[in-house]
Amino acid sequence: MEIDNPQIVVDRLNVYYGNHQALKDITVSIPSKGITSIIGPSGCGKTTLLKSFNKLIELYGNVRTTGSVYVDGVDILREIDDVTELRKKVGLITQTPNPLPMSIYDNVAYGPRIHGTKDRGELDEIVERCLKAAGLWGEVEDRLRNPAADISVGQQQRLSLARTLAVEPEVLLCDEPTSALDPISAKHVEEQLFKLKRNYTIVFVTHILRQARRISDYVLFLYMGELVEHDRAKTFFEDPKDPRTKAYLDGEIS
Amino acid sequence: MAASLVVIVITALLLRRSIPLLGEHSLTELLLSSKWFPMRGDFGFLSFIVGTLVVTGISMALAVPICILSAIYLSEYASSRVREIVKPLVDLLAGIPSVLYGLWGVSVVVPLVRNHVAPLFGVRTSGYNALSGGIVLAIMVFPIIISVTEEVLRAVPFGMRESSYALGATKWQTVKHVVLRSSSTGVLAAVMLGFSRAFGETMAVIMVVGNVAKIPGSVFDPVYPLPALIANNYGEMMSLPLYDSALMLSALLLLLVVGGFTIIARVIQQRILGW
Amino acid sequence: MNRRIAEEKFFLGLMLLSMLIVLGSLLSVFVTVFLRGVSALSLSMVTQTPKGGYYLGKEGGVLNAIVGSLYLASGATALSFVFSLPIALYLYEYAGGGRGTSYIRRSLDVLAGIPSIVFGAFAFTLMIYFGARASLLWGIVTVSLFLMPMMTRAIDEVLLATPVHLRETSFALGSTRFEYISRVVIRQALPGILSAVLISFGRAFGDAAAVLLTAGYTDNIPSALSDPVATLPLAVFFQVATPIPEVQQRAYASGIILLFIILTLSIISRLASKRLMSYVVR
Repeated sequence: MEIDNPQIVVDRLNVYYGNHQALKDITVSIPSKGITSIIGPSGCGKTTLLKSFNKLIELYGNVRTTGSVYVDGVDILREIDDVTELRKKVGLITQTPNPLPMSIYDNVAYGPRIHGTKDRGELDEIVERCLKAAGLWGEVEDRLRNPAADISVGQQQRLSLARTLAVEPEVLLCDEPTSALDPISAKHVEEQLFKLKRNYTIVFVTHILRQARRISDYVLFLYMGELVEHDRAKTFFEDPKDPRTKAYLDGEIS
Repeated sequence: MAASLVVIVITALLLRRSIPLLGEHSLTELLLSSKWFPMRGDFGFLSFIVGTLVVTGISMALAVPICILSAIYLSEYASSRVREIVKPLVDLLAGIPSVLYGLWGVSVVVPLVRNHVAPLFGVRTSGYNALSGGIVLAIMVFPIIISVTEEVLRAVPFGMRESSYALGATKWQTVKHVVLRSSSTGVLAAVMLGFSRAFGETMAVIMVVGNVAKIPGSVFDPVYPLPALIANNYGEMMSLPLYDSALMLSALLLLLVVGGFTIIARVIQQRILGW
Repeated sequence: MNRRIAEEKFFLGLMLLSMLIVLGSLLSVFVTVFLRGVSALSLSMVTQTPKGGYYLGKEGGVLNAIVGSLYLASGATALSFVFSLPIALYLYEYAGGGRGTSYIRRSLDVLAGIPSIVFGAFAFTLMIYFGARASLLWGIVTVSLFLMPMMTRAIDEVLLATPVHLRETSFALGSTRFEYISRVVIRQALPGILSAVLISFGRAFGDAAAVLLTAGYTDNIPSALSDPVATLPLAVFFQVATPIPEVQQRAYASGIILLFIILTLSIISRLASKRLMSYVVR
C-alpha cells in the first residue's frame, strides 16, 4: 500500500555481520508521524533494521551493508559525512536504560551540550521541557542534581526518553523500551510515547504482540531477516495476508 | 588459611616494629626533622621522605598523562591488531630488571638533564638529581599504569557508550564525557599502583639520583629516597647505635606507604572489575 | 562541528605521541645497553669468573654472576612454587569463593606489591637475629618470599580462567575434587602455570634489591648453600659504579647478557605455552 510522505524509505537493504546475513533485501517505507511497529520473533533482525536507521549498527564490528536507507530523501548509508547530525534527527531509546554517569540534569543536557548549546538558561529550559514531555518532571524536579543511577529503572527509561527528546529529533527509534520494566513503569513509558506520536515519527520494536496491537498505527513483520508483510495496523491484525504472519499472530511461531 | 597470610603480613610489620626501638625519639621528631647525622644520634627522616616524594611526584607527573592517553588509545581507538602487538611490548617493559633502567638512566637521562634540560632553565647540575630519578621512574611505571587503566576503560559497559553515540556524540566526546567519567576511580587505582611501584623502587633510582641527604630546593638538586637509604647503608647498620633501627624504620615506612596505597587501589579495582 | 573535530584530532595526536614515547623508551633502553656494551662483550665475559683485578680492568668475566643468578633464581622459583601452587589450588577449589577468599586474594596482591628492598631489609634483620652471614641460602629464601605472592596470584588467575563446564563434566563422570584438580585442571592450566613460573623466574633473576642485603657477593661460583653468591644484576651495578671506563663498559656488556637471558625466558615462555596448548579447551 502507498504511503504519502514517508519519513524513512528503505530500498533493498541487506545487512551482513561477517558471514551471517541479518537482513535480506528489505524494501519498505516508514510513514511520517505516528507509531510504526516492527514485530517478529527474536533474532529476526528487528533491532538490526532499527539501528540501521541511525547508523548505530556500525558500532558492531564487521558490518557490511548493501542497498539504501533514505531519511528525508538522503541516503544515510552512502551520502552523509557527519553521522552525528543524523543522530540528532533520529534518536534511539534502548531496551535497558543505560543512564550516563552524571546527574539527572546532566543526562538530559548532555545531548544539547555536545551539539554546542552552552547557555545555562537555555539548558534549564530544555531540561524542564523534556522531562515534562517524558512524564518524569514531577518526580525529579527537586533532585535534578542527583546521580541518574539513583533513580528506579522505570524512571531511568523515561529519563532516556527525555534525553533523546532534548536533541529535538524528528524520529524516535525505540528498541523494546518496556521489556526490561515492571508493568507500571512499562505503562508509563508506553503512555508517554503514545502522547508523542502526534509530533514524532516513532519506530517501535517489540516482541509483545499485545503491545503492538495497542499502540501501532502501522506494522512491519520481520521473520528470519525478511520483511514478510507490512500494512496499516487495523488491516494487519484483522486480515493478515501471508501464512507466516498468520502463524505468528496465532502464536504458532515465536 | 586466611589467618596465615594475615599473620605473615603482621609478622613482617611486628618484626620491623620491634626493632626500631626508637624510644629515644618521638615519631614526629623523627619524621619532621631533616637532621641526619647518625654518628651524632640525629635521625631526622624528613629529607628522605621529601626526597622520595619529590622523585615519585615527578615520575607521576610525567607518567600519568602519557599512560592515560596511551591507554585510551589502546582501548578505544587502536585496532585489535595494533593492540595485539603493542600490549606484549608494554608487558616487556615490565619485565626489564631495574638495574638496566639504571644503566639507561646513567647513560642517557643524566647527560640529557645535565647538558640539555638544565641549561634551558639556566641551572648547572651534575645530572644526578631528582629530575633524572623522576624520568627513569616514570618509564618504569608505564606498564602498570597503562595495563590497569586499559582494563578499567574496557570495563565500561557497551550500552553506555551506545547511548552516547545515539545522541550524536563523536567518539572523543563519548570518551571524554562518558568513558573517562565512568572509570575515573579505576584510573585513580591505576595511578595509585604506579605510585606504589615508583615509591619503592631501589636500584634504578640509586644510580641516578645523587644520594645527598638534603631537602631539595628544586628538581635539579640531588635527593636521597628511602629505599636508597636502606640499600646504601645496610652494611654499616650495626656499627652505630640505633642505626639499624633507623634503617628498619625506613623499611617500615616504605611498607606502610606502599601497602596502604596498594590496598586502596586493589579494593577499588575489585569493586569495578567485580573480582 | 569543526571545533569538535579539531579537538578530537588534537587529542588523537597527543595519544599517538604518548604511545611513541612509551614504545620509544623501551627501544631506547635496549639500544643503549646494547650499543654501550657490545664492544666489551666477548666469550671470556661469559665463560670466566673475575680474576684478581677484574674490577680494575684486568681479565675475567661474569660467569660467577651468571651461574650465581641461575642457582639463586632456580632455587627461589622452585621454593616459591612448592608453596604457590597448593595455595593457588586451594583458593580455586577449596576456599569457597566468598569474602574470605577475596580477602586472601587482596592480601596477596598487597604482598606482591611490596618493594623487594623491604623484603631484603626484613630478611636482613632475621639474618642478624640468627647470626647468619649473607649466603646463597638466604638469597634464595628472601627472593622466594618476594616471589610467592606474585606467583600465587599469577597461577590463581590462570586457574580462574578454566572454563566452568570442565568442572561439571568431571563431577558428572563421578570424579572427586582431588581427581578433578589433579587430572583435569592441571592439564588445562599447564601452559598458563608454566608461563607464570617462567615469568617469576625472570623476576627472580633480575632482582637486585633483595639480594643486595642477603646474598652477598663473591668472585667465585658458590659450592654450598652457605657460600655467598654473585648475581648478575649486582654485577652490573658494581661494575658501573667503578670509575674505570673499561669496567663500566663491561657493566653494559653484563647488561646485554642479563637482557638476553630475560628476553629468552620471555620467548620460551610464549612458545612453550603455545606448544602445550594442544590439549587446552578454549
